[in-house]
Amino acid sequence: MSVHQPALAAATVGASPWRLARRELGRRASVRLSLVVVALFAVMAAGAPLLTRLSGWGPDEFDKSAVDPYLGGQPVGPLGGISAEHWLGVEPVTGRDLFARTVHGAQVSLLIALTATAMVVIAGTAAGIAAGYFGGRVDAVLSRLMDLTMSFPSLIFMIAMMSVAKDVNRILLMTAVIGLFGWPGVARIVRGQTLSLKHREYVDAARVGGSGPWRILTRDILPGVSGPVIAYTTLVIPGMIATEAALSYLGVGVRPPTPSWGQMIAESVSFYDTDPMYFVIPSSCLFLTVLAFTLLGDALRDVLDPRSGRQ
Amino acid sequence: MILYIGRRLLGVIGVLIAIAAVTFTIFYVLPSDPAAAACGKSCSAERLAAIRAHMGLDQPLWRQFGDFVTGIFTGRTMGSGQYTLHCHFPCLGYSYDNSEPVWNLLMDRLPVSASLALGAAVLWLLLGLTAGVVAALRKDTLTDRVLMVGAVAAASLPVYFTSMMLIYGLIRTAGLLPYPEYVALSRDPLHWASNLLLPWTALAILYAAMYARQSRSSMIETMAEPYIRTARAKGLPRRTVVVKHGLRAGMTPILTIFGMDLGGLLAGAVITESIFGLPGIGRLFYGALAGGDQPVIMGVTLLAAAFIVIANLVVDLLYAVIDPRVRY
Repeated sequence: MSVHQPALAAATVGASPWRLARRELGRRASVRLSLVVVALFAVMAAGAPLLTRLSGWGPDEFDKSAVDPYLGGQPVGPLGGISAEHWLGVEPVTGRDLFARTVHGAQVSLLIALTATAMVVIAGTAAGIAAGYFGGRVDAVLSRLMDLTMSFPSLIFMIAMMSVAKDVNRILLMTAVIGLFGWPGVARIVRGQTLSLKHREYVDAARVGGSGPWRILTRDILPGVSGPVIAYTTLVIPGMIATEAALSYLGVGVRPPTPSWGQMIAESVSFYDTDPMYFVIPSSCLFLTVLAFTLLGDALRDVLDPRSGRQ
Repeated sequence: MILYIGRRLLGVIGVLIAIAAVTFTIFYVLPSDPAAAACGKSCSAERLAAIRAHMGLDQPLWRQFGDFVTGIFTGRTMGSGQYTLHCHFPCLGYSYDNSEPVWNLLMDRLPVSASLALGAAVLWLLLGLTAGVVAALRKDTLTDRVLMVGAVAAASLPVYFTSMMLIYGLIRTAGLLPYPEYVALSRDPLHWASNLLLPWTALAILYAAMYARQSRSSMIETMAEPYIRTARAKGLPRRTVVVKHGLRAGMTPILTIFGMDLGGLLAGAVITESIFGLPGIGRLFYGALAGGDQPVIMGVTLLAAAFIVIANLVVDLLYAVIDPRVRY
């Protein structure tokens, strides 16, 4: 980061790289907008039980009075039954509150996506640093493993694993399965970055000064790779959210009655002629979250990792 | 070059065997009894035992895996006596649900999946590269902004969402296209294309977006190279400079993703195939999951892996064709 400093205006001299990055990010409208969206969904997910208490309907409560049994269980009222009682309308047939299901779905989707991302990033960073720093046989083994993992038809494999495992915690299993295939992406980036850092003067100085490998890795290398890793992490999250939704859409994700966006979309497909709102609500939530994280990741990559990606 | 290809082919076989081993362990050891799954609900003890013997489940695990791998290269005879079955080369196992060798099932479905993947690939390359190159040449203009915002948005749309919108908009409401129903290319090329147009578009929208972003950044980088300036200074027409000098060199990173995407899609378009009701490998796989048809699950996983690995190999070889700086 420090190499780029001379190009910046005199006023920024002396500011830390992180501070500069924050300033640069704050200037972009897309960043501010996506932060708002991300914050909104994060609050929705974290405060799901509280929000449903406010709205008055839980995610699994049936409201038979909100659907019309003579119209094949269509929601009563316009726009899929949107009313003061049901803020985003109700599910056809069952009359379950869509607002409650959407916020609880956000909880499940974001929980799985963020945990899986954390796993991927930690495993990937560890593997990448080890491969890059130690080189030789460690590098050879880890790189082979990365190639192998990347050759797996991941979606096919995930679907198959999710469908054969029967009596386990679905959320936990899903997190593990989704996280299993993501780490080589992070590891490759970290490995490359580590290779370019390990013979810098300050690392040599630390080595000459008697620092052990652990200390060098955590104190000297890790901060150097953190910029690209943060940027890449933000770009991994939307992929994870989309994968979770795809698996739930295919019916191998979380099991009903636990709501998830993918599952809601799958269920709404059979009603899209008569009750399009049921399809639109979870789809737009999914779309907005993925879009916001992607825009954020793009911006972070521009700022924190100027060598790769767009210029 | 030949030495290189040979070495890589050995690598490919090694990777595939490793993938087969992992898949085998997971799908044959962990879950329910594959023999019971294959036998169905009203299963007599005698038939169950026969299927067990067929599948070789009475053998130790390493032996089962060994038989499976040998079967791929030489074919194998399964079971004995009344239930003898010969599964010819390349034997990927036998689907008891469909009463057919897995290989035949896969090859029956492959034309559909290949039509879907290749057609979509042509479309997304055209769309994505055009958008990317145009955006790169007009960097920081309104066109660039609009194209790139559009690309990010399109990449964020799940494929089932786009598919449903296309079905709803173009088939149900406007009635412009028929509901996709696969017709073989050899039987009626026009019908084949018109029926696949929507699934192609749905996939192309998703992938084109990524290619537009990638080709834009790659083109911007290449167009700043000194040799582009030289080409311009020589007085070459703009089109030649952009296509021959710029795009050709900027293609390498795109080719890498393209190989992985196409390889992954050949046997992995599960969602698209099931939404549009196309009888491809993805549908076969999805059906096999519901019935717990382990040999088919295993077969599809392996075939999909093979496509990915081979696509990567082809891409690496193509590097040398596209970029003369690359030599093996």
